[in-house]
Amino acid sequence: MFGNIDLARLIFGRFTLDAIPYYDPILVTTFLVVAMAGGALLYAITKYRLWGYLWSEWFTTVDHKKIGIMYMILAIVMLLRGFADAIMMRLQQAIAFNGSEGYLPAHHYDQVFTAHGVIMIFFVAMPMITGIMNYVVPLQIGARDVSFPFLNNFSFWMTTAGAVIIMMSLFVGEFARTGWLAFPPLSGAEYSPGVGVDYYIWGLQIAGVGTLLSGVNLLVTIIKMRAPGMTMMKIPVFTWTSLCTNVLIVASFPVLTAVLALLSLDRYVGTNFFTNDLGGNSMMYFNLIWIWGHPEVYILILPAFGVFSEVTSTFSGKRLFGYTSMVYATVVITILAYLVWLHHFFTMGNGASVNSFFGITTMIISIPTGAKIFNWLFTMYRGRIRFELPMMWTIAFIVTFTIGGMTGVLLAVPPVDFTVHNSLFLVAHFHNVIIGGVLFGMFAAINFWFPKAFGFRLDPFWGKVSFWFWVGGFYVAFMPLYVLGLMGVTRRLREFDDPSLQIWFVIAACGAAMIAVGIAAFLIQIFQSIRNREALADVTGDPWNGRTLEWATSSPPPEYNFAFTPIVHDLDAYADMKARGMQRPMKGFKPIHMPKNTGAGIILAGLSVVFGFAMIWYIWWLAIVSFIALIGTAIAHTFNYDRGYTIPADKVSATESAYAAAISQRG
Amino acid sequence: MLGFWIYLMSDCLIFAVLFATYGVLSGNYAAGPGPHDLFELPLVALNTTMLLLSSITYGFAMIGMQHDRQKQVMVWLAITGLFGLAFLGIEIYEFAHLIMEGATPQRSGFLSAFFTLVGTHGLHVTFGLIWLVVLLVQIQQRGLIADNRRRLMCLSMFWHFLDVVWIGVFTFVYLLGVLR
Repeated sequence: MFGNIDLARLIFGRFTLDAIPYYDPILVTTFLVVAMAGGALLYAITKYRLWGYLWSEWFTTVDHKKIGIMYMILAIVMLLRGFADAIMMRLQQAIAFNGSEGYLPAHHYDQVFTAHGVIMIFFVAMPMITGIMNYVVPLQIGARDVSFPFLNNFSFWMTTAGAVIIMMSLFVGEFARTGWLAFPPLSGAEYSPGVGVDYYIWGLQIAGVGTLLSGVNLLVTIIKMRAPGMTMMKIPVFTWTSLCTNVLIVASFPVLTAVLALLSLDRYVGTNFFTNDLGGNSMMYFNLIWIWGHPEVYILILPAFGVFSEVTSTFSGKRLFGYTSMVYATVVITILAYLVWLHHFFTMGNGASVNSFFGITTMIISIPTGAKIFNWLFTMYRGRIRFELPMMWTIAFIVTFTIGGMTGVLLAVPPVDFTVHNSLFLVAHFHNVIIGGVLFGMFAAINFWFPKAFGFRLDPFWGKVSFWFWVGGFYVAFMPLYVLGLMGVTRRLREFDDPSLQIWFVIAACGAAMIAVGIAAFLIQIFQSIRNREALADVTGDPWNGRTLEWATSSPPPEYNFAFTPIVHDLDAYADMKARGMQRPMKGFKPIHMPKNTGAGIILAGLSVVFGFAMIWYIWWLAIVSFIALIGTAIAHTFNYDRGYTIPADKVSATESAYAAAISQRG
Repeated sequence: MLGFWIYLMSDCLIFAVLFATYGVLSGNYAAGPGPHDLFELPLVALNTTMLLLSSITYGFAMIGMQHDRQKQVMVWLAITGLFGLAFLGIEIYEFAHLIMEGATPQRSGFLSAFFTLVGTHGLHVTFGLIWLVVLLVQIQQRGLIADNRRRLMCLSMFWHFLDVVWIGVFTFVYLLGVLR
């Protein structure tokens, strides 16, 4: 009986040496570069004996500030990967004319555009907004940490685990060739039998656990942990937008989890949810994934709106114009986010009345968004505007996002959508709003809050270089795509017959090259700032004359954030304190109870990677073992009741007087 | 507590998706068997009784917790677990029976949606049972301390939530299925 069982298959599943793409020179070169850089990094960490420090101070930390910073690092690393994909596509499309096939074979090109979308949305934009929210929200509401500090660490590592699985697909096997939402039946077992879609599914499922839990965590934090006096209508706008974003996360990510689970059942068990025969219905997948997918774009943009609100009022030296309308606009967008999903597939035979309903709801969203734009403009009106980097990004956003918004309203008209559906016009539109909105917002946020996180400002010269190349590069790269889209060029094409189109693709490729310079300048900016940190130091904790509570503590803040819980009397609580001449209390410090670090998060995430890998390659024994280990570790963690420690009062006192001494020395 | 409520609501959405999928696919028999041929209401009624009783006994455990009676809590929890186990046993028997008759999840869209919806609920009950056993050990070790009380409350919410979902399954899948 056992003679029939193939031992290698039992041990390795469907993994064979052929899965390593050693025959593809592009991938081999990439692998060598990654391996050398990674090896150098590991060597440096070992040589300077940093493993213990990294483990105890960072990997196991439950401090929301450090977790926020780790999210940002993850996002920036993944941005480089996602951008590498982007520039490969631009190059391919710029040269694949006149019979030339370019340099990317079809099966590789299809993986590249899928990976680009997945990585940019799930592993760049999401970690960036989660990182910023993690860092800023507890400080803005005057809290010591988030509600569930361990869950926060666990969420971060699960997100990282998802990223690791996606990155693995680069060198072991292949990635999905289906586009970033993996629509069936193309993504089903029949048409995508390889491991690509399975990498996609498990990467997103594992990261999705992290996203969902971090959403629950921040939501509870904002509702429960605000400083006394901070009623709902005194919450800073960034925290308001974070609240709405986390509501959207909690109310939409389960749908993604469920729909991907159904797709995996189709692929693994052979059920018929989205298949062509035996009663499957693939339109169900389209509806469900967009019921998650449309709220997702608002999950990304709302925190960016919050950043722009904080930046505009700070750098105009004024209270935000129309705070109340800003809050209501955010809430309205949150609700409407659930009523527009069908505009992603107007062309798929829903009938005129259904299309009209969703077309109209889509257009209605532009009203609260427009209200926001006017609020920012009126905040600047008669303000004393300081053109620091965060403000520059904000102005670039207002212009760029307005263009993107208008093309969005065009696409919302079903008859127009029929002509440009799935064209490069659409591609240009969503890059217009995601780069011009989310990414510009994140750069504004990084320049704005970096001094808070590290105690010194970012170098303005290289920041400006980065700014101009990014903004200029964006227009050069994406305006041609609008033109091409209107001429009827569809997305995801690998080669072209009409030579008259080539010039537009060449221009777009130049734009991508400019953005590459922008990214390089951003990295140089960080490097330069670290070198000149003495000159750029922020001693007071309030480098921009800020208005909200995060500027009321030192830069970087102590682990407990605030020695005394601040009491809020007004919107823009810190501006109010400064106006009333508040004195920093220097005695009467009490011991502070803080959560303890734990390694459970990183261990669980590591086991999840093993489990995901085993499932992708059908290594069933390993899947079973790692799953049992996962459950066992989680249960063992619940037996640890000793999760807090106390910072003694004299230590708090010492930290606070050192801060006070630094300020008075400066002043 | 609020965090767990929010988690439950997100879990509720997973069930909402599965219900919606069942709603769309429930007529797609693909020339295979339909609900009328498959469902045995007396068996499902027995199963429903088990789960409902387990919710009542969990309630008794919570009353015991409010009176600080550790032993009472543990006995009622154990009884709850037995009812839960009975529920799972009957469900596994039902599934095995269906598969023996050739009504497998692969047979049609309807059966895929049926097995997934009911099976996901069963999976939740399984995890609830594991959690229950872990909590029994923890109460044995440390008594009704504040942390354990909170955990008991959370599991209580989880358990009743599964009961509510089952009411939906019972009505929407079985009763309406037989009427169809």
